[in-house]
Amino acid sequence: MYIIVVGGGQLGYHLARALLAESHEVLLIEKEAAPSQKLINELGSVAVRGDGCEASVLAKAGTSRADMLVAVTGDDEDNLVACQVAKHKFAVPRTIARVRNPRNESLFRKLGVDVTVSSTNLILEHIEHEMPSHPLMHLMVMHDRSLEIVEVTIPAGSASVGRKVKDLALPAETVLSLIVRPGQKPVIPGPDTILNAEDQIIAISPAESEEALRASLTGA
Amino acid sequence: MKIIIMGCGRVGAQLANSLDAEGHDVTILDIDAYSFDRFLSPEFRGTALLGSGIDEDILRKAEIEKADAFIAVAHGDNRNVMACQMAKHTFRVPKVICRIYDPQRRDLYILLGIDAVSPTTLVAQMLREKLGA
Repeated sequence: MYIIVVGGGQLGYHLARALLAESHEVLLIEKEAAPSQKLINELGSVAVRGDGCEASVLAKAGTSRADMLVAVTGDDEDNLVACQVAKHKFAVPRTIARVRNPRNESLFRKLGVDVTVSSTNLILEHIEHEMPSHPLMHLMVMHDRSLEIVEVTIPAGSASVGRKVKDLALPAETVLSLIVRPGQKPVIPGPDTILNAEDQIIAISPAESEEALRASLTGA
Repeated sequence: MKIIIMGCGRVGAQLANSLDAEGHDVTILDIDAYSFDRFLSPEFRGTALLGSGIDEDILRKAEIEKADAFIAVAHGDNRNVMACQMAKHTFRVPKVICRIYDPQRRDLYILLGIDAVSPTTLVAQMLREKLGA
């Protein structure tokens, strides 16, 4: 595959080397003079100096025959524009953007970026899995609908213990779909189901309502 | 009209000063507070808000949901392009105008539905006309 990497920082450099080791054809584009010279000295013709958001630079890089463009500069706006130019001007089939601000993930996907990678969110997911007692765990994200399926464990001190589902201040468009209790068959909750401490709740919720959902189920 | 201007440089500030003087409700954003002191007129009665136009929280603080127009004239084409796409697609601002120095990038974003102006092309044309050659 021919893969263009935009941004020659630590991430771009190690990514380019890893892709080369996997026998892909790689071009690494870096805007700044000094870092790009260092990359050219080390990687030879694999690295070039240029602004990966500029159509003329991408044209020279043969972007129209690229299978993938990966934008990993340190600035979200530059990664977005590099992907949009690649996608809309050069019809690159797959574009991947690094995002620094995790909230940009859904915006970028809405604007046509195929894959977004947020190191903040990746590390957060690992933390959740490493800590089984973490009150909210992401099970699955449905990107095309901006919905997520999460698991929330009701802590003993939560105000929701002993309350009915219909009396909870759940965020709009959030559905509690299943309650898992130790040693029991899972329950599909109705409006009158009463929550107990240590209940594991599987809920479907819009990504932006996650904080409100967490507060309504686990808040004291 | 309620108008949000991103970028308080010479262009942004001049726009803000004149729209404000004509009675529009103007909010101007910049990431450097010094630029407000430097470029805004002492008579400016609008809102000067410190923060980045590509930050959703700042845009909400500027009450972008109620804005009739959003104009991006900050330093950096990509920042302007990103903010304008947020204004258009996330907040549904009816009128969004973007300054993009790179004419090729401008052409692309016009195709993608962003109303964009390239000072590079305009100034080059004006200089040619003055030259008369």
